[in-house]
Amino acid sequence: MDGRAPVWHDARTMPERPRTLAEKVWERHVVHRADGEPDLLYVDLHLVHEVTSPQAFDGLRLHGRRVRRPDLTVATMDHNVPTAPGPEDPISVRQMEALRRNCEAFGITLFPTGHIGQGIVHVIGPQMGLTQPGLVIVCGDSHTSTHGAFGALAFGIGTSEVEHVLATQTLPQQRPGTMAITVEGDLPPGVTAKDVILGIISRIGTGGGVGHLVEYRGSAIRSLSMEGRMTVCNMSIEAGARAGMVAPDDTTFAYLEGRPHAPTGKDWEAALDDWRSLPTDPGAAFDREVTIDASELRPYVSWGTNPGQTVTIDGVVPEPVDAAAERALAYMALEPGTPIRDIHPDTVFIGSCTNGRIEDLREAAAVLRGRKVHRGMRAMVVPGSMLVKRLAEEEGLDRVFREAGFEWRDAGCSMCLGMNPDQLSPGERSVSTSNRNFEGRQGAGGRTHLASPAVAAATAVAGHFATPEDL
Amino acid sequence: MQPYRRHRGRAVPLDRSDVDTDQIIPAEHLRRIERTGFGPFLFAAWRKDPSFVLNDPGFEGATILLTGPNFGCGSSREHAVWALEDAGFRTVIAPSFADIFRNNCTKVGLLPVELPAETVRALMAAVEAEPGTELTVDLEAKTVTGAGILATFGIDGFTRWRLLEGLDDIGLSLRHEREIEAYERARPARLPTVG
Repeated sequence: MDGRAPVWHDARTMPERPRTLAEKVWERHVVHRADGEPDLLYVDLHLVHEVTSPQAFDGLRLHGRRVRRPDLTVATMDHNVPTAPGPEDPISVRQMEALRRNCEAFGITLFPTGHIGQGIVHVIGPQMGLTQPGLVIVCGDSHTSTHGAFGALAFGIGTSEVEHVLATQTLPQQRPGTMAITVEGDLPPGVTAKDVILGIISRIGTGGGVGHLVEYRGSAIRSLSMEGRMTVCNMSIEAGARAGMVAPDDTTFAYLEGRPHAPTGKDWEAALDDWRSLPTDPGAAFDREVTIDASELRPYVSWGTNPGQTVTIDGVVPEPVDAAAERALAYMALEPGTPIRDIHPDTVFIGSCTNGRIEDLREAAAVLRGRKVHRGMRAMVVPGSMLVKRLAEEEGLDRVFREAGFEWRDAGCSMCLGMNPDQLSPGERSVSTSNRNFEGRQGAGGRTHLASPAVAAATAVAGHFATPEDL
Repeated sequence: MQPYRRHRGRAVPLDRSDVDTDQIIPAEHLRRIERTGFGPFLFAAWRKDPSFVLNDPGFEGATILLTGPNFGCGSSREHAVWALEDAGFRTVIAPSFADIFRNNCTKVGLLPVELPAETVRALMAAVEAEPGTELTVDLEAKTVTGAGILATFGIDGFTRWRLLEGLDDIGLSLRHEREIEAYERARPARLPTVG
């Protein structure tokens, strides 16, 4: 112990040196700092789900520990929940029952299946207004980076760390480096937030952000809605980054105002004052900087088995450059030189923590209105939360999807990962708005192509990869 | 956590880059609520291929995995580490690791050793040429030796100490409970709560 009393730093009274957003948020959460040790960071919000938590709760029991701050902890069921009626898998039921028991025993608020608050953990945090600028947010899920869209420092953790946060509300962390990814200029028509992040990963690679807290900057990022920013931050981990962040601004504040857990009255004013002090100071230095010209971005489709193996929809399947690419082509059953538009998926999945929010459903529905899913294709929409589902139904989007031939499901992670009934069969090929095209990710032997909701919807109609303009 | 000081064992070469946690343990096997029993599902999809290196009897009983860069990328599932541990592995040697996987390893006591790509390639070549070759990983000396190769690796001092002693992270952090309490008193009341 170095004797330094822990304080919650007001960014407005921090020392004069220019600082990045990530540094400001980090500094205000240091509970304990000593030479040769990782910083002990305070956690403002801990999101819990059924898959990565049971062993953590068992660990608490084993050591006779309690949950230190149930009021800063919230749980839901998302990864293995079925999204359609049918026989329930007994192993999954056991895991969900364990979460129910654990939340009851430790006093944690749970949004179980059947509750309007249920949904993908990274969709419900923002929709409740719990995700706010300047917070440290963790969850036993790598896509926790989503919450960075609000200017929060949010990152995924393993189950041992989940137990650590439950017991102490803190986490020892080595401070990562900082990295600026600046996307400057106007996005061309038809280029969405999903294309921005796929374009970034195709440039910097799946390991391009390892060891770094990324801040997305530039006019193209600022022009995105909160939903779009969440899509970008969500896939930070696919570039290996520890977290992704966007500085809070009026778009952020407008999204938050009036949400159930957003501050009100005088607290709202105090919060705004504080949030406005968080953006990176002029002249602050990043350890690494990457700049991308927004006008060069196009709609992207992945061809391989990691999210860096991506080309524009106007492109062709590339010649393999290494053994990994050869392996990927063999797995995907693709020939180099094949135009992306000549690839015919048989399954369309719209949903996930990347693209399961209301704006994503609007983007897809706008393409599908008055059109039909191509004969023989299986298409499904899985809203990111039950509230997104209700909102979409109020707007009549469910009718658009149903009339086009899509299945309209309940909320969950669904086909983003093969651990619930929504899966690809061996050899099946999908266009998916999710985040990972790893081998077998959507079911053993399944082949995944990542794309935006607009491209997924257009592809559903055309029967091959397409943009809305192609229709 | 079981302490890690010095480990001698057979190494198996998995010459692939960007091995993601969905390959290490596919999602369908994550539904167990126990911390043990994941070993049989390690690399479940790849193991269906009889020519997969972990099916090679020459490498049976390996406890050291030699592999390519960005090992453990993808999801945060600690089950990937549990599966490796449950299958008998004590060390993974790679040119680089994904951040969350590396963190998870050090919480469980599976040692992630980062060595230059050419050193890992040399170790792989030696082990492929002579399956059954044993390597010694010494965390105190921060060295990997065997097959005529001596390599030193870096690891932060705190993590090394914790692994050498087999210390529980939670216990270490709870030594700072007074500071946690003081911090909580200073947090603004307007910050969100769930209840």
